[in-house]
Amino acid sequence: MCAQPAPEATPGRVVLDARDIARALTRISHEILERNKGAGDLVLLGIPSRGVPLAERIAERITSVEGYDVPTGSLDVTMYRDDLRLKPARALLHTEIPESGIDGRTVVLVDDVLFSGRTIRAALDALNDIGRPRAVRLAVLVDRGHRELPIRADFVGKNLPTSLVERVRVTLAGVDEVDAVTIHGEGDTSEPTGEAS
Amino acid sequence: MKRHLLSAADLSRDDAELVLSTAAELRSLADRPIKKLPALRGRTVVNLFFEDSTRTRISFEAAAKRLSADVINFSAKGSSLSKGESLKDTALTLEAMGADAVVVRHGASGAPHRLAHSGWVRSSVVNAGDGTHEHPTQALLDAFTMTRHLGSLDGRRVAIVGDVLHSRVARSNALLLATLGAEVTLVAPPTLLPVGVDSWPVETSYDLDAVIPKADVVMMLRVQRERMNGGFFPTPREYSRRYGLDGRRMATLQDHTIVMHPGPMVRGMEISADVADSDRSVIVEQVTNGVAVRMAVLYLLLGGAQPVGGDE
Amino acid sequence: MSTYLIRNASVLGGDPVDLLLRDGVVAEVGSGLDAEGAEVVDATGLVALPGLVDLHTHLREPGREDAETVESGTRAAAMGGFTAVHAMANTEPVADTAGVVEQVWRLGREAGFCDVYPVGAVTVGLQGERLAELGAMADSAARVRVFSDDGKCVSDAVLMRRALEYVKAFDGVVAQHAQEPRLTEGAQMNEGELSGKLGLTGWPAVAEEAVIARDCLLAEHVGSRLHVCHVSTAGSVQIVREAKARGVDVTAEACPHHLILTDELAATYDPIYKVNPPLRTRADVEALRAGLADGTIDIVATDHAPHPHEDKDCEWAAAAFGMLGLETALSIVQETMVDAGLLDWAGVAERMSYAPARIGRVADHGQPLEPGSPANVVLYDPSVRRPVDPAGSASLSRNTPYRGMELPGRVVATFLRGRPTVLDGALV
Ligand SMILES: [Zn+2]
Repeated sequence: MCAQPAPEATPGRVVLDARDIARALTRISHEILERNKGAGDLVLLGIPSRGVPLAERIAERITSVEGYDVPTGSLDVTMYRDDLRLKPARALLHTEIPESGIDGRTVVLVDDVLFSGRTIRAALDALNDIGRPRAVRLAVLVDRGHRELPIRADFVGKNLPTSLVERVRVTLAGVDEVDAVTIHGEGDTSEPTGEAS
Repeated sequence: MKRHLLSAADLSRDDAELVLSTAAELRSLADRPIKKLPALRGRTVVNLFFEDSTRTRISFEAAAKRLSADVINFSAKGSSLSKGESLKDTALTLEAMGADAVVVRHGASGAPHRLAHSGWVRSSVVNAGDGTHEHPTQALLDAFTMTRHLGSLDGRRVAIVGDVLHSRVARSNALLLATLGAEVTLVAPPTLLPVGVDSWPVETSYDLDAVIPKADVVMMLRVQRERMNGGFFPTPREYSRRYGLDGRRMATLQDHTIVMHPGPMVRGMEISADVADSDRSVIVEQVTNGVAVRMAVLYLLLGGAQPVGGDE
Repeated sequence: MSTYLIRNASVLGGDPVDLLLRDGVVAEVGSGLDAEGAEVVDATGLVALPGLVDLHTHLREPGREDAETVESGTRAAAMGGFTAVHAMANTEPVADTAGVVEQVWRLGREAGFCDVYPVGAVTVGLQGERLAELGAMADSAARVRVFSDDGKCVSDAVLMRRALEYVKAFDGVVAQHAQEPRLTEGAQMNEGELSGKLGLTGWPAVAEEAVIARDCLLAEHVGSRLHVCHVSTAGSVQIVREAKARGVDVTAEACPHHLILTDELAATYDPIYKVNPPLRTRADVEALRAGLADGTIDIVATDHAPHPHEDKDCEWAAAAFGMLGLETALSIVQETMVDAGLLDWAGVAERMSYAPARIGRVADHGQPLEPGSPANVVLYDPSVRRPVDPAGSASLSRNTPYRGMELPGRVVATFLRGRPTVLDGALV
């Protein structure tokens, strides 16, 4: 979870381009509506940093289908991470809970990459301190496997089998230069950004 | 961030901005149903107060508890031990208790520095006010309050008025505000400005009326009772007339200018009641912001991996 | 009494000669002296100086035997090359009567490591209110000639005038601790840029200089001699220089720590650097060195001030003023004056032996190393460098500010009236 994109030494292999990402998000939006039987009690919470613009894009799509705004916010999980004590104290990212709150609503957590599942566990703990949703769902752009906790996504843009030495990087226009998901292989020593654990 | 927060000078601009942005995130916690975060679970914070300061102690206590730390309050005031022995002996006791951070308020300048650097304790040390030296978390909460009203402090004019000589708040604010790009003017009678103040990153003035119309922030310092008889100025009345902020002077401020006071105030001396209670006054807000800023400091010092050994 | 033949000593840094010490005096000086019946000390490469004399030592006994005793303090003195020390009067009880000064004098004789000359208090209990029995102390077995309220200033102008006048009757001298008390209430360190930043109450230079200026004028007015303790500021040096030029009978001392350390050390808040008068600025240090070189400052005096560990292992404001000085004085003078080219070894002998003995009216010390002189000799090796280890101190206290510093030189041997108190760098 780094806020600052680091310069890439090598471009990596593109697995999703801008059009793929757009299509995946549209599909996720429809699946959310289908599963939820409409947008009535939905709240979208993006996990910073790249989960937030993804949540906003999904919200736009839902709005265009349903015709009204879906409450969208961000949920920083830094203080709930189980590796908090393993690194120097990290800057907090922004938490913004929509005014309507989360009590009794269906919260869809949105993140870019699902990997070990630890970020989502932290997010569930964070949610617990904020209120009591009716249900919590998970939407991710990429599921790269290698789960370390019993957590799975409800909505997946693309399942992407990876090896542990590989790195998955999500860039999003607005935060980064372009929309893309790339894989960086072994021997690529540069630290990719936008990678969820 | 360094391992200890002893002086506002310990903070680089990046550090200071990190504290302020962290505090901004943490301040929203006050609006949530559960005002608690798990970041410092299992950490022990000791409030070691050799001087009475209920306000500062409560602020640190609330901050530590909201981060789920265990808090031990240790008031050493009135201890029968000689002053010097009690600091060291108390430190050794705290060390035995396994304190991760010691928040220390002490009447002697440099006491937190001694605690941090004499090898008595291994914990992080946070200066909660030492003698006439510094009070860095007060400066951070003042800067935080200013940014909430004014945005970036770059180029903002801050007048700090009153007993600068004996004020740890003024010292820390002068350093921190300069770090954050503000233009600070210390306003005081010449007897209450420290020797060597010309080497500080500030302007000085003896003329309050000339300074405040240009100021974005006017911070009034308390004049302690013992100074009134110390010969630093002829009479409280003359001081109040020349350096007090009253309704007439307040009328010369710009519309957006805010009035601050680290408290406790001596109403009618350095600040009149109508000014203290006016819309410009952010004095109550300073207290609220204090908890968020102290949470930020404790989180950034203790929330991550603890450095093994080493001083900084 | 044994006889010692010191071979190839460089007396005052000159060509190597032999010195024969017999019956407490320097019996012969020359090349290739006969070693018959004498213990030979090879002094090749060593500088021989007359035994050092300290005009300003705190031995703490009676009253603070946890910090230092006459015995431990004189051991430290011997290790530093001293054969005579003046023991300051701020003991408990204060050395303000013939009884107390005789007690200290007797303890010194019993210890035997160096001669102890008690300093008498100027005022009763150092209270600055009325004169102590100066004449009785002068007439006692201790034969007191130096009077000082050191630790406190004789700030009352009338009292100071009377003291200056009164001691003329027995050729005494008042050694003033120049510190205007009102200007230094609660003072913790040199007043300047740093004191303001550190929030430590300042000790302004003017508080010293104003008293020195007044005392020079008083001494001039009543025709007395005046000694100024621990001059610490450039302004004080200039005031003494001008007074001397006018013919005022004033002498002055500088302490080793003021010749090398500066107020910046206070930024550590470590009270090991807390001393009175305080460490000053680099410019003051330079002025003191220049004053010591040109003779404005007559002597180096240690102001050796032992304190137990707990009085320094605390916050700055709660800590005691003072630092050890006897064992490191000669090294500091070498580092700051000799190696810097400001003073030769003859100059060192003048500043650390002849002149302090003259000021204190001590007849048996501070004599040139010539046949017939008392055999008070220090052999010093200026070629070595050594780290300062507080644990190795002969003092009961450990409050040396030079801890961990590497200083030049080492006292190899000290002879008091022909008897070694230190040999091969160790107490005998
Ligand atoms: Zn003195």
